[in-house]
Amino acid sequence: MTTSELTRPRAPERAPESKASRRRVMGAGKQMHAGPLTYVVLTVFAVGSLAPLVWTAIAASRTSQRLAEAPPPLWFGGNLFKNLETAWEQAGLGTAMLNTTLVAGTITVGTVLFSTLAGFAFAKLRFRFSSVLLLLTIGTMMIPPQLAVVPLYLWMSDLNWSNQLQTVILPTLVSAFGTFFMRQYLVQALPSELIEAARVDGASSVRIVWHVVFPAARPAMAVLGLLTFVMAWNDFLWPILALNQQNPTVQVALNALGTGYIPDQSVIMAGALLGTLPLLIAFLLFGKQIVGGIMQGAIKG
Amino acid sequence: MTSSKEALAHSAASAETAPGDEPGAVRGAQVRGTPPAATHSWRSRLYRWDMKASPYVFISPFFLIFGAFSLVPLLYTGWYSLHNVQLSDLDNQTWVGLDNYQNLLSSDFFWNSLWVTFTIGVIATVPQLLVAIGIAHLLNYRLRGSTVWRVIMLTPYATSVAAATLVFVLLFSWDGGMINWLLDFVGIDPVNWRESNWGSKFAVSTIVIWRWTGYNALIYLAAMQAIPADLYESASIDGANRWQQFVHVTIPQLRPTILFTAVVSTIGATQLFGEPLLFGGADGSKGGSEHQYQTLGLYMYDQGFMIGNLGKASAIAWSMFLILLIVAAINLLLTRRLRKTP
Repeated sequence: MTTSELTRPRAPERAPESKASRRRVMGAGKQMHAGPLTYVVLTVFAVGSLAPLVWTAIAASRTSQRLAEAPPPLWFGGNLFKNLETAWEQAGLGTAMLNTTLVAGTITVGTVLFSTLAGFAFAKLRFRFSSVLLLLTIGTMMIPPQLAVVPLYLWMSDLNWSNQLQTVILPTLVSAFGTFFMRQYLVQALPSELIEAARVDGASSVRIVWHVVFPAARPAMAVLGLLTFVMAWNDFLWPILALNQQNPTVQVALNALGTGYIPDQSVIMAGALLGTLPLLIAFLLFGKQIVGGIMQGAIKG
Repeated sequence: MTSSKEALAHSAASAETAPGDEPGAVRGAQVRGTPPAATHSWRSRLYRWDMKASPYVFISPFFLIFGAFSLVPLLYTGWYSLHNVQLSDLDNQTWVGLDNYQNLLSSDFFWNSLWVTFTIGVIATVPQLLVAIGIAHLLNYRLRGSTVWRVIMLTPYATSVAAATLVFVLLFSWDGGMINWLLDFVGIDPVNWRESNWGSKFAVSTIVIWRWTGYNALIYLAAMQAIPADLYESASIDGANRWQQFVHVTIPQLRPTILFTAVVSTIGATQLFGEPLLFGGADGSKGGSEHQYQTLGLYMYDQGFMIGNLGKASAIAWSMFLILLIVAAINLLLTRRLRKTP
């Protein structure tokens, strides 16, 4: 796995001019215009992609009796706001949203900051064991989160941290992928001469980071931030072990709704809709950047 | 436990000094304008120390936090897997050696969960990657509104496991569910998706496929756009049509990427947890009445946190890790093979 990872995202390291010119050649030669059939097939997949989400909204606007009847509703009913309100109260979604925003926000800030610092060191600074440490970083991406769960659970209860948000925040505050992602970006985007010039001027490392690295890294930081926020918002395994229903994240609240013994389907759908809405809005606003980030070589979280 | 506390203190400290707030800024101001090599003053010594130490300071938050919350726990999990640790009685941890592992090897539920993980992994991964290549190929044409298409394909990625699964539970429900209703149109008898053996595996896989196909399509698209144009030009000079170009140029060029996504998807499949848990509703941790969709991840959750045998849960976690290491080793071998015969 490590070798394939190493080869793939290395592409951006090539000189930018050559890449641009190849694009142009490709645009002229290979990239053919799509025929009508392409649009038809893509539309089918687009419908498959969006339909479950649209249908969530439809189901959330009906009653659970109506949802149990034979022809499933294909258009909106009048119960949306009532269901949203019930879901909001029943699942404690107010607290959950606030908690998730706090958790995902902190994790995003931490991950972006620490990844940029480490990525900069790996990309541009010379130090002992740097290549070994980089390999180690990449290798850790293979460790599944399940492997840490039992000890973390025991430690957190020893610390009396059960049900507290830092329990969820701390283990996710850094990211091996983020570090690698920033490294790959900075290798190319940050000219070494710029750093050397700053050094000659007598700037300390902290000043260099603040005045040279952060400005150069900003586009990648934004992309990594978006990807991290999506991942943190949707994190499931550790939050449902570490938090209870009194202090949940959105995913914990949804899990409680879905595994409850007397499920009201339309309310559950309203909850699912509410829990997804913030990210869908983010997607409408920043979809292009998120797509770009994944195409630069994101790795499944 | 103490180690994690210390690590926290460390990482907090480095976080404060790192990004250029007061202490750093003051230091920077003092050094400014002084050629570093001029004298052996304390300033130049400070400067050299800064050069040497800063890389380690910059990487330390990652290694400290990752070490404290992933690496050390990983070893502890191994340690617990050799002990009898009960959730109800945490103070009595007795050494049992390899008993937990032996217990697993002789447990039908363990082998069942291994089989479930494998089958759901295959049903979810293979169609997902095939469809993703197809979508990527279409997205690689010159399209009107190409960004819009890409964003639409990726939308399921923004949906959480929980939200997606809750919706699919309803779509797959036995009576009044959309899927059975559509099947009825075509004249197929309704399937009891939650109770049946293959039906439930198929339903759980559908959720995975829905969430990840667009994501993989974008990764393939990125790889396709890096394929040199002259390969296609020479292929078309040789008289290859579009389909032949796809088979003989695109697919071989994508081979490393395909392998990469296959491994990543395998890792994802090994850890499959949220989808089957929520698909099962109230008794989701058992993975259905016949454990027909109890994956390894779910089995670990059930044993550790429902039944309360944390030692056994640790052994399951380490078994997952070993399986992943084997997958990685196979991948490494395959990659070497592919390198040799391009």
